[in-house]
Amino acid sequence: MGAPRIGPMPTPRVYMDHAATTDMLPEAVEAYVAQAQRGGNPASLHSGGRSARMALETGRDSVAAALNAEPVEIILTSGGTEADNMAVLGLFRAARDADPRRTVIALSTVEHHAVSEAAEWLATHEGAELAWLEVDADGRVDPDDLRELLERRGDELALVTVMWANNEVGTVQPIAELAALCDRAGVSFHVDAVQAFCAVPVDAHLPGISTLAVSAHKLGGPMGVGALYAPRTVTLAATSFGGGQERSVRSGTVNAAGAAAFGAAVDAARRDAHAEFVRRTQLRDTLVAGIRERVPQAVLRGPEPGAPEDEWAHPTRLPGNAHFTFPGCEGDSMLFLFDAAGVALSTGSACNAGVPRASHVLLAMGVPEDAARGAQRFSLGHSSTPDDVAAVLAAVAEVYERAHTAGLSGHVPGFAS
Amino acid sequence: MRVLAAMSGGVDSAVAAARAVDAGHDVTGVHLALSRTPGTLRTGARGCCTIEDSRDAWRAAEKLGIPYYVWDFSERFQADVVDDFVAEYAAGRTPNPCMRCNEKIKFAALLEKALALGFDAVCTGHYAKVVEDADGRKELHRAADWAKDQSYVLGVLTAEQLEHAIFPLAETPSKAQVRAEAEERGLSVAKKPDSHDICFIPDGDTRGWLEDHMELAPGRIVDSQGTELGEHRGAHAYTVGQRRGLHIGRPAPDGKPRFVLEIRPKTNEVVVGPEALLSIDVMEGIRPSWAGLPPREVAVMPEDVDGRSDEFPVTVQVRAHGDPAPARAWLTRQDGQPRLCVRLDEPQRGVAPGQTMVLYQGTRVLGQATIDAAFADRAAAAAS
Repeated sequence: MGAPRIGPMPTPRVYMDHAATTDMLPEAVEAYVAQAQRGGNPASLHSGGRSARMALETGRDSVAAALNAEPVEIILTSGGTEADNMAVLGLFRAARDADPRRTVIALSTVEHHAVSEAAEWLATHEGAELAWLEVDADGRVDPDDLRELLERRGDELALVTVMWANNEVGTVQPIAELAALCDRAGVSFHVDAVQAFCAVPVDAHLPGISTLAVSAHKLGGPMGVGALYAPRTVTLAATSFGGGQERSVRSGTVNAAGAAAFGAAVDAARRDAHAEFVRRTQLRDTLVAGIRERVPQAVLRGPEPGAPEDEWAHPTRLPGNAHFTFPGCEGDSMLFLFDAAGVALSTGSACNAGVPRASHVLLAMGVPEDAARGAQRFSLGHSSTPDDVAAVLAAVAEVYERAHTAGLSGHVPGFAS
Repeated sequence: MRVLAAMSGGVDSAVAAARAVDAGHDVTGVHLALSRTPGTLRTGARGCCTIEDSRDAWRAAEKLGIPYYVWDFSERFQADVVDDFVAEYAAGRTPNPCMRCNEKIKFAALLEKALALGFDAVCTGHYAKVVEDADGRKELHRAADWAKDQSYVLGVLTAEQLEHAIFPLAETPSKAQVRAEAEERGLSVAKKPDSHDICFIPDGDTRGWLEDHMELAPGRIVDSQGTELGEHRGAHAYTVGQRRGLHIGRPAPDGKPRFVLEIRPKTNEVVVGPEALLSIDVMEGIRPSWAGLPPREVAVMPEDVDGRSDEFPVTVQVRAHGDPAPARAWLTRQDGQPRLCVRLDEPQRGVAPGQTMVLYQGTRVLGQATIDAAFADRAAAAAS
């Protein structure tokens, strides 16, 4: 019986899945290790505690500065999901407790599950009613729909929640407009900015934003750290109970090393934000044009991006996102073939068993289920290079051909999902 | 060869994949997601296809150092196996969903996809053997361990499918040996309990599951003369040969127990009667297939006419863990449709339409057909 064999993994690996997670920046690793070695509980009163607290608060300062917010407005969490959950549960309960008529949650049909599942939970367990804001073919919410909803049911709304940018197709939502409408109507507005933060300019102090969730590992920080922006004026019902850390909203010893690394990553990302935005946009545009040239059948999903400088001024799409559907192909066939060719990417959505299913985002955009099954998300990040793009383009035509031959073998046409 | 190893998360398929790696193949592991709504944790000894099983399969693949993917066949499984299972019961037949899965999923949808993606073969943890005849053609045979032999549920495989099937557990003397080998290889599934029966009915309560998935249509329980003896809540709850749970108040005139003889879906009647009427010695099956070369008697039969092949000796098995019974078989055609017929040397009891009869010669699987009629050959009985 042989020793475990190392499989024939092709090298070098080309990583095209930065929207899932991106490599930690060297600055973040350094900050993480430094604090992990120093140790100390940030709540302790002795010098070791104070030094841990300093690392933590420095991290918080950086996150706050990048969001155009005050440090006191930043609640550190275990990640984006916890921040989203805290906001949806907290804003809903606070609004309902203040006025029992407010039980409606308005949310877009393309929200991340961290938001939509929290809302669904409230619908099942606490009598919330969900009002879905539909999206157009590019995945964008129409502010007129929200305006109409606010006029009709403004005094029943507990909160409105719309993501800044979509994790699958990269669509940037008209957040300023939506926030202004909520501001005028006096309704709380939560923004999931996990994908947007440090990819496009994000300003938490836009009038009307109540809370905003971000995550460290999407931008070069460690996993297991995130933050919720929540100004003093916003009342959040606590979702965890204990020692009263983080404004008593989120009890539990704060991850000091993680917070320090989060801050270091944010600082590094901010330093050359514009140059990196343009660089990443250009790489993505080369990728999109190259795929279209090699596989004319491929359909770009999400908005057609504008010129890099226009996008910087008014982003319509995340700079690192290219999302295609390949007709007649099964997404998992393509993922397998790309993986075998050394390219790591994603079908764009994964259920909890890691099974690719037709994405709720694509279906919400009106993409037919057959087409939605052939989705591939290419996402670039800070470490992406022109060679990475070239490697994808070298492989894509053959991957498409083969996957097309394999066809929709697992799919039963017309089968209700 | 480039081999795709189907890994359920159980010990058999993990060891099979390990042996394929040892044999020098370039192996990739794949877990088939078959449930539309997979549970998170395995419940008890039975069932599979939970997220825990998927994780077990992944851990085994990591241990073997092979790439691993989860592929979604849940739509196909629902349509071709689960819905078919319900439809067969609704039509008064007794299907075998594992055979349907092998026929439609593992060695059809999965194999086709694997071949299209550049693989040469699919490997599974079935206990069965593929051997080459003198001309290099593949034959399907029973596994070395007859107690674990699963050649019955593979009886649906055709020559083309056998060309691309690898069963590394073929020569394993016992299941205990597979577990020991898993332990030795450091596979965490070594002690995992066996899954049994029907994977989408994890608690094993087929009747209860059917009641949740079918319209219950109450009907009459009658004897073979058509006299009403009682009422039933739904014919699906009865199997040919069943004795218990008939809930007929009146005893039979001769005082002997009654058995289910037949389900009549058209009139929604369950026919009961004495044990003697259960025994059959002729079975006829539709949609026959041959696991490799068909028997010579069939091969020489003219293609285009109704007729009857010469008889050939076989042993026949009608359930996964049944004993093979000696018989003579022949093929007929009626209106161009082939019909596989078998006359048993000794009568058997309790054979239901919908069951698959698999024909063997020695250890070799010849082929199979779905039983649509089983009866006592009364003419022969009268003549004797």
